[in-house]
Amino acid sequence: MQKLETLMLEKAKNLLSSGEVSRVLGWKKGELGYDVEPSVFTSAQSLDNFVYNVFCGANLSKYLVQETKKEGKILVFLKPCDSYSFNQLIKEHRINKDKVYTVGVECQGKIDNYKLKENGIEVVESFDEEVDFVTVNGKKFTKGEIVLGKCSVCEKKLLDYDEVISINEKRSPDKDRFEMVKKLESMTADERYAFWKDQLSNCIRCNACRNVCPACTCTKCVFDNDNSGIASKANSDSFEEKMFHIIRAFHVAGRCTDCGECSRVCPQHIPLHLLNRKFIGDINRLYGTYQAGEDTTSKGPLTDYTKQDVDPSDVFGG
Amino acid sequence: MTNEALIPVVGVITDIRKDTPDVKTFRVVTPDGKKAFEHMPGQCAMLSIPGVGEAMFSITSSPTNTEFMEFSIKKCGCVTSWLHSCEVGQMVTIRGPYGNGFPVETAFKGKNMLFIAGGIGLAPLRSVINYVRAHREDYGTVDIVYGSRSMDDLVDFKEIEEEWKNEKDFNVFLTIDREQEGWDGHVGFVPAYVKEVNIPTDRTAILCGPPIMIKFTLQALLELGFNKEQVYTTLEFRMKCGVGKCGRCNVGNKYICKDGPVFRMDQLEELPSEY
Amino acid sequence: MKKIAISNIEKLYNEISSLQELYLPVKKAGATNFAKYENGVDVDIKSLQTVKSAKDLFFPQSEDMIDFKVSGKNIEIKDARAQSNPFVLFGVRGCDLKSFEVLDKVFLQEPVDTMYKSKRDAVTVITLACNNPESSCFCKVFGVDPANPKGDIQATIVGEEMFFEPLTDKGSELLSKLTTLEDGDEKAVESEKKEISQKVEKLPFVNLDLSNFKGENLMELFDRPEWEELSKACLGCGTCTFVCPTCQCFDIRDFETNDGVKRFRCWDSCMYSEFTKMAAENPRKTQMQRYRQRFMHKLVYFPANNGGEYSCVGCGRCVKKCPQSLNIVKVIKKLGGKN
Repeated sequence: MQKLETLMLEKAKNLLSSGEVSRVLGWKKGELGYDVEPSVFTSAQSLDNFVYNVFCGANLSKYLVQETKKEGKILVFLKPCDSYSFNQLIKEHRINKDKVYTVGVECQGKIDNYKLKENGIEVVESFDEEVDFVTVNGKKFTKGEIVLGKCSVCEKKLLDYDEVISINEKRSPDKDRFEMVKKLESMTADERYAFWKDQLSNCIRCNACRNVCPACTCTKCVFDNDNSGIASKANSDSFEEKMFHIIRAFHVAGRCTDCGECSRVCPQHIPLHLLNRKFIGDINRLYGTYQAGEDTTSKGPLTDYTKQDVDPSDVFGG
Repeated sequence: MTNEALIPVVGVITDIRKDTPDVKTFRVVTPDGKKAFEHMPGQCAMLSIPGVGEAMFSITSSPTNTEFMEFSIKKCGCVTSWLHSCEVGQMVTIRGPYGNGFPVETAFKGKNMLFIAGGIGLAPLRSVINYVRAHREDYGTVDIVYGSRSMDDLVDFKEIEEEWKNEKDFNVFLTIDREQEGWDGHVGFVPAYVKEVNIPTDRTAILCGPPIMIKFTLQALLELGFNKEQVYTTLEFRMKCGVGKCGRCNVGNKYICKDGPVFRMDQLEELPSEY
Repeated sequence: MKKIAISNIEKLYNEISSLQELYLPVKKAGATNFAKYENGVDVDIKSLQTVKSAKDLFFPQSEDMIDFKVSGKNIEIKDARAQSNPFVLFGVRGCDLKSFEVLDKVFLQEPVDTMYKSKRDAVTVITLACNNPESSCFCKVFGVDPANPKGDIQATIVGEEMFFEPLTDKGSELLSKLTTLEDGDEKAVESEKKEISQKVEKLPFVNLDLSNFKGENLMELFDRPEWEELSKACLGCGTCTFVCPTCQCFDIRDFETNDGVKRFRCWDSCMYSEFTKMAAENPRKTQMQRYRQRFMHKLVYFPANNGGEYSCVGCGRCVKKCPQSLNIVKVIKKLGGKN
């Protein structure tokens, strides 16, 4: 890990000093170890705070929507999952690719801060990617117990970059990505409704899921538009928060890369990614396996029409 | 004011006057024909149409008017557009009064007054001007410099021509931005006109209008030798509660709805320029 | 001093809720928040912190105000504010208790906010000392003693028992009615409190310097160039404001129902781009300006108007919940003084 960080730092310093890029988008050390924050570095000196470790879960790709509108080129470090979002944003013309220098970086999974807290973990003594155990006040946790949900099922690969910094092979996922979706599908409608009602009733409509989502790049969201008639900051009735999440899931369907940011940031731990993953599963079944963001040019199954397209009634009956 | 600060009462629009192409003046009373509440010049009220929204407006009529309240409203957003499309007899809701108002009974008393307004900025000043007229002996000379885009955009033109111009020791200076047929008055922007008229510096000045006009007029006044302590203005900000609790109109340690909307220029210097 | 074995505590909940409505930390779908005690709820008294703070009980996220009946040009106004019955709020930590003082300064100031006051008057607060404060806790910086939260009744967990000490008449009255409690000894509580105080001293943020945050530095702090860097990663979501126990900005909105219009108020966030937007202008156009407003309000504007009292209680929720790990500690360290 340390070595990876050193290589990335060297790369950033070199590109900055050569003038190839004017800024570096990466992660910055926090005050507590786990509170790593996305940051734009503009000088070799500011890179003193640069960090790459198991707490760099945040997806940096969406920041490029604004950053590539500015003067000069920016270096961005992309983990495998970030890269899919990046490609999707290129495909949707949200990012100007000419203004980005991409470096793919190895990732062996990132830690979920909430799981740390839930387990009462205060001190993480080892951040090492290769070490499976994190020592905490004498208590041992396997990394699998405390990584982000998205990481435990991650099948994403390093894609096409200007450069790649990677030392070790990526490990295969611990779990099946669709396990929970299948479980929900096997429930009765009432059970499933009860599950989502319980989960979504915790929603505080803070909009963190929407604002962090790389697929949510509307300049003005319909839920912020007073003239839309559905703009609301709080739930004026209990059905509303359900509609918000369901409409959002529909809106990103076929474009969601399953980066898992929505669930990572939800202050109430609502597994929002399951809504998107349900769509992904259905798309795979109806149109053949499809991974949004795998490339920058192909048409998505929901935005393309072919004569071979399946009629949903063939699959679900009706 | 009651404790039920956020709960309005019903008001009825009894008269609608079209002042300019985009400004109408609405007369509002309670369903039994009374004024909804008493106010001081410069104070505001929340008007709302259920389902459309609630918005803060300065009360244009003078407190000395005992029969009704008037609001001169420019069509620019949701609530204002709706009001512009409604007819006499329409009910609205009203609550207030909000804000500090102008210090007509303290700092202004006995002073020579200078009112400077641009466009719809005359609305809050009309309340003070008519208050001064009603208590004429308490104030000295009154100069009014008022400008608008065109002749048709001068709010309350009739009242200005027929009443204000005939008031004792009232000097009214009108200007429009561009030459226009049928206009033989002054042409030019307000800040320049203020310097041109060369108003004596013994006046207490009140400025109201778009931010850009305020900025340049203040400059003009300072060049004429005015102090910031002599110049007052009103701020506009989005508001929801009107009583300094909802946090929306907080700038620095002030709440525009409660500590304003009237500020002296030297007070504004101590606030972040986020208005 | 009264006490009960934790293994028996359900009995206490049942007894309190037979007298008054009882609200306490309840775990639902993986998240702990204050909720009404009912049969079958998963009470989570041991978690240090609820996601949403206890302000929810006095200033709910969404609250009905008025029912309008509209027909043609006519409008009828019907007061829709809910009546508050006496209730017990159990398990309030020192930081949240302190936040009530901050909220009181806003809502109980003239003109008194009746919706807030009716609930404040109706509550009996049972606080709970924090046996294990976390690294994100910095309440001591704001004068909170997590070992001694002064509610109507103060509860402390010692080992497998919970102790209760009444501190107000309201508290004594409630405590005297509770037959499930037995008499307890003060000594155990005292030593637990001492232990907590020692733990607090070892927390990483316990000595944050706030000395720069003074009214006379308002303009200087506002103009500091560091705001740009501090706010850079801000997503403009409302998480920090909604989990914050002292954030009290609200919106008033109308909702069309089948037979009229309901006016309600709901939490709002100064972090939202629409917060200050007017028809033609928006005085805070950038996220940096909105970010700055939030922290300037808590650390400079509010104290300037309230005798130096900050509008932060050091609960650390923003430290834990910000999606991108921005928080007030980073602001204090940068601008507060010698940090």
